[in-house]
Amino acid sequence: MTEIKTREITFLEAVREAMSQEMRQNEDVFILGEDIGVYGGAFGVTRGMIEEFGPERVRNTPISEAAIAGGAVGAALTGMRPILELQFSDFITIAMDQLVNQAAKTRYMFGGKGKVPMVVRTPAGSGTGAAAQHSQSLEAWMAHIPGLKVVQPSNAYDAKGLLKAAMDDDNPVIFYEHKLLYRTQCDVPEEQYSIPLGKADIKREGKDVTIVATAIMVHKALEAATELEKEGIDVEIIDPRTIVPLDEEAIIESVKKTGRLIVVHEAVKRGGFGGEIASMIAESEAFDYLDSPIKRLGGLAVPIPYNPTLEKAVIPQVPDIIEAVKETVRFK
Amino acid sequence: MLSTMKLPSHITEKKLKSLYKEMWLIRYFDEKVDQFFAKGMIHGTTHLCVGQEASASGSVGVLQAKDKIISTHRGHGHCIAKEGDVNKMMAELFGRVTGYCKGKGGSMHIADVEKGNLGANGIVGGGIPLAVGAALTSKMKNQGYVVLCFFGDGASNEGSFHEALNLAAIWDLPVVFICENNQYGMSGPVKEMTRIENIAERANAYGIPGKVVDGNDMIEIMNTVHEAVEKAREGNGPALIEMKTYRWKGHSKSDAKKYRTREEEIEWRKKDGIKRFKDLLIEEKILSEDEANKLQEEAKKEIEEAVKFAENSPEPPLESLLEDVYA
Repeated sequence: MTEIKTREITFLEAVREAMSQEMRQNEDVFILGEDIGVYGGAFGVTRGMIEEFGPERVRNTPISEAAIAGGAVGAALTGMRPILELQFSDFITIAMDQLVNQAAKTRYMFGGKGKVPMVVRTPAGSGTGAAAQHSQSLEAWMAHIPGLKVVQPSNAYDAKGLLKAAMDDDNPVIFYEHKLLYRTQCDVPEEQYSIPLGKADIKREGKDVTIVATAIMVHKALEAATELEKEGIDVEIIDPRTIVPLDEEAIIESVKKTGRLIVVHEAVKRGGFGGEIASMIAESEAFDYLDSPIKRLGGLAVPIPYNPTLEKAVIPQVPDIIEAVKETVRFK
Repeated sequence: MLSTMKLPSHITEKKLKSLYKEMWLIRYFDEKVDQFFAKGMIHGTTHLCVGQEASASGSVGVLQAKDKIISTHRGHGHCIAKEGDVNKMMAELFGRVTGYCKGKGGSMHIADVEKGNLGANGIVGGGIPLAVGAALTSKMKNQGYVVLCFFGDGASNEGSFHEALNLAAIWDLPVVFICENNQYGMSGPVKEMTRIENIAERANAYGIPGKVVDGNDMIEIMNTVHEAVEKAREGNGPALIEMKTYRWKGHSKSDAKKYRTREEEIEWRKKDGIKRFKDLLIEEKILSEDEANKLQEEAKKEIEEAVKFAENSPEPPLESLLEDVYA
């Protein structure tokens, strides 16, 4: 067996590496977006790429989200494999027609002719003090649309492998990058690898309670689990990694084992994807195994505020998760 | 006046004759569809391009086979002009499995990707950015094709129009924007919804050429579009061409046409692009009256055959419901 060479890199570097490695071997892959050229993108993800690949394949665009999203769809439909960097995931609102009415539906509407292999990479989430229009987590909107796939990696290793799978996929994939994860590091193989879309990862094995957490909430759940372990509560953490397709089986199996389920995401709880996961369990064979009601933790139903104390108070924090686990475990 | 321009030298007489027949195909197709809707034989809705045949046939008529088009909700004419199969089109309107979209798309989503028709579009202005993307592929892969992007006067007030024209302009993309100004966006008169006289003037804002043509003058259309397409193919970037035309029928089947007068409709009917093209071809001795009638009759028969094909085609099986959501 050959040894896999790894090194610690950040989430941000992992995303860049995944794109660069793919662009070196596939001429059809190119990236377009606002300020992705010499500026390197608003968060620096594409830094250095225009120098390597040139302005034809690292296309700096005007501030025209509808046109660049639609441009990506048209290019994908005619044989390219574009990666669109949307500067903030909130800006999906201004690209919505092109993603929802065009990209997602083209293949079905055309009776199976044509395909739209494109990736929309976009920074999501709060925690940077960017306030209400630059901090949202709108993944449930995208998950609601048949024809789209939705990816939410929680660490650098997953980001690189999932992005490879997204670029190889023949469908439009929305790839969320949580801003607070960009600087987090972990061991990442140097070579290309693919993590299949629709395969959850057990981030921590446990027997007392299942937490399904996405993106940054995986880390908060892990922290909570470490605390809870001291009190003898053994938490299992499932990271779906992609919410469309969703690895229902992994969640069902875990709940059958633990008999308890908590779903945690940063997005607003009302109408959030946690409701979908909770309902899926309620409808599944795992329902009979539940020893306590399912709990959902999500953002409060307010726009993200600017003040840092208020901003933190909007979304679930480690103590909230600890409290929820204790309540769930205590339930008789 | 039959035309303000001379017959294009780049078009063969054979092609001119086939375009004449094609215009009848378009007219008969949409008139047939109109009848079926009135009788309740087709469900959903449809947008007919009767009266606008020239802008479809004249524009697409100067393209090469490898060129592509993006169409609109009023797209039957564009599809036929891009060598669309009227059997598959009619079958689609009947919701049959033999239709272009296997009965799942209907009138507003007919596409023929293999022939370079990247689809009608149910969103006003929704297809314009797609055309820019398709033109980007042509440029990046050096494929030498040009994209003809159709949209209406209404779409020119959508943000996507302005964003897409700017993007195509700064990247010098091989795309020609064809605004079919049929005077109304549903019920909204272009004169009330737009402050300028000609939509083509908007080209100035994006640093590209803009031209107004008589949308019922085949010769003027062919000459103008041909020039723009070949310039785009040579790498000189996009152009905007506005076709002044008129839809004889209402916006869709729900339309009582309360927003326009009968007199106005009659005036526009006098400008019928098919009749003018026929008179011109006869004057130029390309067609005889007999030949013209024969071509018209052939077109009528083909549409009748298409109806038979559609009626005799099976419904899509229920098992196909979830197919093709993902590739």
